Amino acid sequence: MRAPFDGAAARRRCLAYRRRILDISQQVTALHVAPAFSCLEMVDVAYHGLMRQSADPSLFLDGFLMSKGHGCLAQYVILEDLGILTKTDLDRYCTAAGQLGAHPDYGVPGIEASTGSLGHGMGIATGMAHAERIKGSDRCVHVVLSDGELQEGSTWEGIMMAANLGLRNLVALLDLNDFSGLDRMSERHPAFYPVVDKVRAFGWEAACVNGHDAEAVHRAVTSRVGDRPFMLVGKTVKGKGVSFMEHVPIWHYRSPNREEYAQAIAGLVEVSA
Amino acid sequence: MRNAFATTFYELAKADPRLAIVVADISPAGSLEKFRHEFPERFVNTGVAEQVMIGMCAGMALRGLRPFAYTIATFVLYRPFEFVRDDLCYQNLPVTVVGIGGGVTYSTLGGTHHAQEDVAIATALANMAVLAPCDPLETREATRWCAGQERGPVYLRLGRAGEPVLSGEAAEAWTFGQLRYLRRGADVCLLSYGPIMRMTLEVADRLQHEGVSVSVASVHTLKPLDVEGIVTALRAHSHVVVVEEMAPWGGLGPRVKEVAWDAGARCRIDTFSLEDAFRHVYGTQGDLLAAHGLSIERILARLERAPRGRKTRARASRSR
Repeated sequence: MRAPFDGAAARRRCLAYRRRILDISQQVTALHVAPAFSCLEMVDVAYHGLMRQSADPSLFLDGFLMSKGHGCLAQYVILEDLGILTKTDLDRYCTAAGQLGAHPDYGVPGIEASTGSLGHGMGIATGMAHAERIKGSDRCVHVVLSDGELQEGSTWEGIMMAANLGLRNLVALLDLNDFSGLDRMSERHPAFYPVVDKVRAFGWEAACVNGHDAEAVHRAVTSRVGDRPFMLVGKTVKGKGVSFMEHVPIWHYRSPNREEYAQAIAGLVEVSA
Repeated sequence: MRNAFATTFYELAKADPRLAIVVADISPAGSLEKFRHEFPERFVNTGVAEQVMIGMCAGMALRGLRPFAYTIATFVLYRPFEFVRDDLCYQNLPVTVVGIGGGVTYSTLGGTHHAQEDVAIATALANMAVLAPCDPLETREATRWCAGQERGPVYLRLGRAGEPVLSGEAAEAWTFGQLRYLRRGADVCLLSYGPIMRMTLEVADRLQHEGVSVSVASVHTLKPLDVEGIVTALRAHSHVVVVEEMAPWGGLGPRVKEVAWDAGARCRIDTFSLEDAFRHVYGTQGDLLAAHGLSIERILARLERAPRGRKTRARASRSR
């Protein structure tokens, strides 16, 4: 059995992960810093609190898909921390000598599917979870979704099928940061809300918590009834942890310059729930 | 062909627990109904939702299964195209995408149901293999190959139910990636694939009746194309003819001309295809093909103009 989830340790880890992502941001001119910062605590909970490891510590029994592929820096820094990716891998991010790009690529250690085109992860995760059931396994599949991704009809096709199949081994973590690439959802696409009601209406169990409160995320997922697919709706802040990035759309896809980097590093603190 | 697929799949899937089928609201013909009843978890109907059909197949393949996606060709390939590309081809997963009603099979349903560009679109995708059997026997062979292969994604283009057996007399076995002679002759070589092979064989009959020595080959594997086999055919005959139920570009005809150019072939080449047009015509499949300029008489009329019996400089006539 796992030890109880340690929220203070999660906060320390996520501070280090944010620093590492900012360091990497200085290697390339454009990357998705803010989308990684909004889902970071949820990805941390998945790897450090939800997924069961196999006898081989570099392999997990349970699955993980970064359906919002542009948030993959959050996954990369955790895979580095776990020893599944190397420091060299991350140092060579987005270079011809390396193997990591701005979207996860199947075949890279720790990456279970190629994502990046939004709206694909839910269908793939549904197929994975159903395959585990066919094989008689209890392996669970975790999938991190963006809120903008729920504008894709294909995501709802997957949500509906997962409920139809009663896939209790499927857990979705929704990064509800209220921004797509261009617009604030609540302003331009208000019909997107209420999200939790929609998900429940499609036959899922769902809970909504502060997505930066790792303990709350962990508690909500582990205390689910578990008789159907489960979605954790995490209310988050795009760019969380760097004050000048928070809620500012340009940081969806921009690397800080040297001054901005220094300012961001100086201002980093543990994200409090 | 649909029933040959269903029977073959059912037989294989009884023995191989990795085989599964994901359909999008299409009735499970023939033995697929039996499969659904006996193995309910390995038969998934996503309803009218083709993107998740492909996505689920990808996820199932990533977890070690060997899924088939199955519905009408336009809906298995066009509607979820980017899912076929990213989920199956980019990740190079052994998933078979089965398209029922390739070409203008659904001749009463209108252009929305005509897969007249499917081979061009499927062959354009990296990693994708493209198979188009000509009859129920080749369907059985192709399905067996798809179920056992580890190579990557496959587009399996089928017709409907009730096609006649055309390859029963073939001297050669069906082999993935190799064209297959149904008849051997010396003068003219007809290359074709899919159910329009029936028309091709009738053209061959008429030519033979006139005393022409005719080869007919089923190019059932369109990708990877048997380039060596095509070159051999180009060199061994004075006249090569391609007949296909597909758009004029991106199919076998243009490929044969490319191969001929690269090989310095000296034979005459004629290609027959669907026209670059949507035909708002309803009737039999023959009516639709005729509306696209494809009939035995029209093919023969154009071939009659071809000089035979000597090797002429490669002269590729304009595709229809």
